[in-house]
Amino acid sequence: MTIIRKSKEEMQHILATDVGSTTTKARFFIKRDGEWRFLAAGEAPTTVETPYEDVTLGVRNAVREVEELTGHRILSEDGSGIAVPYDGKVGVDLYCTTSSAGGGLQMMVAGVVLSMTAESANRAALGAGAIVMDVMAVDDGRQSYQKIARLRSLRPDMILLAGGTDGGASTHVIKIVELVNAAEPKPRLGVDYKLPIVYAGNKVLRPQIEKMMGENFALTIVDNLRPVLKVENTEPARTAVHELFMEHVMSHAPGYTKLMKWTDVDIMPTPAGEGMAIQLIANTYKRNVLGVGLGGATTNVYSIVEGRFVRSVSANLGMSYSICNVLKEAGIHNIIHWIPFELDEKDLENRLYNKMIRPTTLPHTLEELIIEQAVAREALRLGLEHHKTIATRLKGVKIDRDTGYIFDQKLEETYIKMMIIDIIAGTGGLLSHAPRRLQSMLILTDAFQPEGVTRMFQDSVFMMPHLGVLSTVHREAAWSIFDKDCLVRLGTVIAPAGTGSPGEPVMTVELEMLDGETMKEEMKFGEIKRIDLAERKEAKALITPHKGYDVGDGPGHMVESMAMGGVTGIILDARGRPLHLPEEEGVRKEMLLKWIHALDLYPEDKLKELL
Amino acid sequence: MSSVTEKSEGRVSKEAHAYTPGLKVKRSMIVRKTRLLPIPGDVLVKLGDDVESDTIVARTEAPGEPHIIEATNIMGLDSEGLPRYMVKKVGDRVNKNEVVAQWIAFFGLIKRIASSPIDGTVESFSDSTGRVIVREDPIPIEVAAYIPGKIVEIIPNMGVSLETNAAFIQGIFGIGGGRHGQLTLLVGSPDEILTDDMISSEYEGKIIVGGSFITIEALKKAIEKRVTGIVVGGIDAADLTKFLGYEIGVAITGEEEIGITLIITEGFGEMSMSQRTFDLLKRFEGYMASMNGATQIRAGVIRPEIIIPHEESFEQASGDELAAGMVPGTPVRIIRMPHFGAIGKVVSLPVELQQVGSESYMRVLEVELDDGKVVTVPRANVEIIEE
Repeated sequence: MTIIRKSKEEMQHILATDVGSTTTKARFFIKRDGEWRFLAAGEAPTTVETPYEDVTLGVRNAVREVEELTGHRILSEDGSGIAVPYDGKVGVDLYCTTSSAGGGLQMMVAGVVLSMTAESANRAALGAGAIVMDVMAVDDGRQSYQKIARLRSLRPDMILLAGGTDGGASTHVIKIVELVNAAEPKPRLGVDYKLPIVYAGNKVLRPQIEKMMGENFALTIVDNLRPVLKVENTEPARTAVHELFMEHVMSHAPGYTKLMKWTDVDIMPTPAGEGMAIQLIANTYKRNVLGVGLGGATTNVYSIVEGRFVRSVSANLGMSYSICNVLKEAGIHNIIHWIPFELDEKDLENRLYNKMIRPTTLPHTLEELIIEQAVAREALRLGLEHHKTIATRLKGVKIDRDTGYIFDQKLEETYIKMMIIDIIAGTGGLLSHAPRRLQSMLILTDAFQPEGVTRMFQDSVFMMPHLGVLSTVHREAAWSIFDKDCLVRLGTVIAPAGTGSPGEPVMTVELEMLDGETMKEEMKFGEIKRIDLAERKEAKALITPHKGYDVGDGPGHMVESMAMGGVTGIILDARGRPLHLPEEEGVRKEMLLKWIHALDLYPEDKLKELL
Repeated sequence: MSSVTEKSEGRVSKEAHAYTPGLKVKRSMIVRKTRLLPIPGDVLVKLGDDVESDTIVARTEAPGEPHIIEATNIMGLDSEGLPRYMVKKVGDRVNKNEVVAQWIAFFGLIKRIASSPIDGTVESFSDSTGRVIVREDPIPIEVAAYIPGKIVEIIPNMGVSLETNAAFIQGIFGIGGGRHGQLTLLVGSPDEILTDDMISSEYEGKIIVGGSFITIEALKKAIEKRVTGIVVGGIDAADLTKFLGYEIGVAITGEEEIGITLIITEGFGEMSMSQRTFDLLKRFEGYMASMNGATQIRAGVIRPEIIIPHEESFEQASGDELAAGMVPGTPVRIIRMPHFGAIGKVVSLPVELQQVGSESYMRVLEVELDDGKVVTVPRANVEIIEE
């Protein structure tokens, strides 16, 4: 439900918060000289947990910081919450929030065929901003008893059931329903409400599903998400999931009932808000975009490729609560590979475990910062790998191939190829708070390995989720702030695909600035170089790759492109794609240091102390 | 972009609202524990009853595991006919290998059967899938009091709350569930390492306390000697992995079946146990204590705890009161490098963001350490010491 208390023209002050798993972040926006701008940020630990068990306390604390910094009073004097609208002395004209506290929205999805309906259901749930705990299907390789045990132990917030085209498979759908019924899964929060189930399968079966599940579950029936094989229709399921999230899940989380009364706009899961912000970039530039939100508990990856939007939420890849899971999944060697100084494996492990158990602490020293940034590279790499398993073509569909029509039910590989990604955008505390923007530029580059010519963006002080939810009610304000205060244009990475030997020529880049100045750079394998080009400036780039290297038009073919300037400028990256770090420790560290020096990534004096 | 720093130059906060609450280390307080069944059942005690740690306070039965019999598939028949083939009704008891459905033709010459893989009850069958669901017998679930005390609240069908006067110590991380035993110190100071040669059969059934660190050999020896629990400052993450046999990805623990409960009070690596914690454990050496390693850092923080019931008069009225905000003079502990573990008092809370060693701008505070030195640390890197 949206309540707008003042017309958009009359609004002068907007408050948005994100109740994250670790931190609650308040962002305060004002209209000055007819233009919406970001004014101040306040942050406080999230208070979803004991002894507080009331998220509004954390919101209040974060807002108090904003009040302290700006002198503008926002909280109502009677302690009832946020004063809306602004009465000339106290309050804001609009308050909205996103939330991922308490583990976000945790779902299970089920379908008949793992690579078809179950996969579509997975995409629908992820699209709604959920963390998908498990994907179940008749052909997932598990025995019935194993699936039942899993359903009983997981305690999801909600289940999305799909399966069968309209008028198609029915027995298998009923089998899945039987499994759910037999397992009697209990909701995660509270024992006194019915577990919400969304049915988005074969419409012929609706009366039977109603009969089988209507009594024991809070059942919602929506249009089939695969009405025919070649169509995926996730929107009705996605909308239902979002509504049920508000109605059932949020209202059972500590303090949310109160927070729901404070807000003027429905609370949105953080990944949903973040996704909207990434879509804003794609819509504005009309390019293929890869976005990422690197959080404390989860890593969310978004892609918009040829207009198709896909979101993945990697539930256990994050920089605080889940930092040890990154360690577990990536392996300690892959993390240590990114660290240019001597560090004992045991010491590194202890540090990461200490971060896990004290997740709100921040790196105070350069050493600790470099360690966290090394983990971030691996979390992002794994997040993208996960995303690629979701961003796939519809399976089970006739695909037009040169050799004729093939009915392909095998696992199709992802359509996410780094060469076709034009823009990469990052958000999340670690990226936004990196003391030098070049650090986040290189973290994103090392993790995602962009190929060809790629524009790089990042969130300035972590407000993409805030602006995403704001864009649902006040698009103009959201875009104005997004463009001027949120979206940092980092610059452009020019990186040919291909590998070779150190010192071998890789590409020649000729740049023509708008003022007519020209420059020519010869890049050799293993090198990385930075060229200054300020934000909102562009340069014409003529890139001639050597034989065996590709910048978008095939190996050895020249490409002409416009390179966008930014706070870090243009990065010429001839380190090779895929990027391999040498196994030999001394050589690897020397190489890392060469790159660090070339980009002036860290303060020299402090870095020297670590070497 | 508007700068936060220029607006706040030179000002200090009177009180910080954004801070990390500390771990509780209390000599005496009323500890209240609520002990609940996971699903409704029977409460076995009355209001005002005095109970012991192992008194069962509530009991219920959880539905048994369901088993699916692909009946018509097994018999090679169409699913629609299943109601005719059933020899058992919904609600009937069946034994393992007993026939549930059968098809007989030619006067018994051809016989096809589907039988139950378990002892249980027929729950349902379906003529669209051809399956029969048989459920195992219910599983009894009991909840013990965990600490000795008086029942102060009955939560109908779910459980009880009980109270006791006790010393209460929270650890930072633990493994293993609720256990109780006599508290015994094996070291003389909080910076001493707990090694295997200190552990012998005389500590069977006891909760042993070490100093700064426990070795993997000591951990193994403690299991071998059937020690109930261990409280120690730190452990190496790698040793924990070796001990458990798997890596911990996210800190949700307490369900491990390892025959011992381990609580670390400070963190991973070698870390002297805080003097207050050590002194308190020493003060109550020989007392019976309850401990639980259950830790959950995400979605509802649960920290591991040691509860030592005693009859000394208490200073605090409640165990769950919220600490006041952080102000100059508040005792704090630094919880990240550098100065990890150092204790001091807040000197000031500058409003402006300050640049720290990593070059990041952060909200900071100034702390006067016990040795008189004043250091500036990120506000996020201290916790309040609750006195």
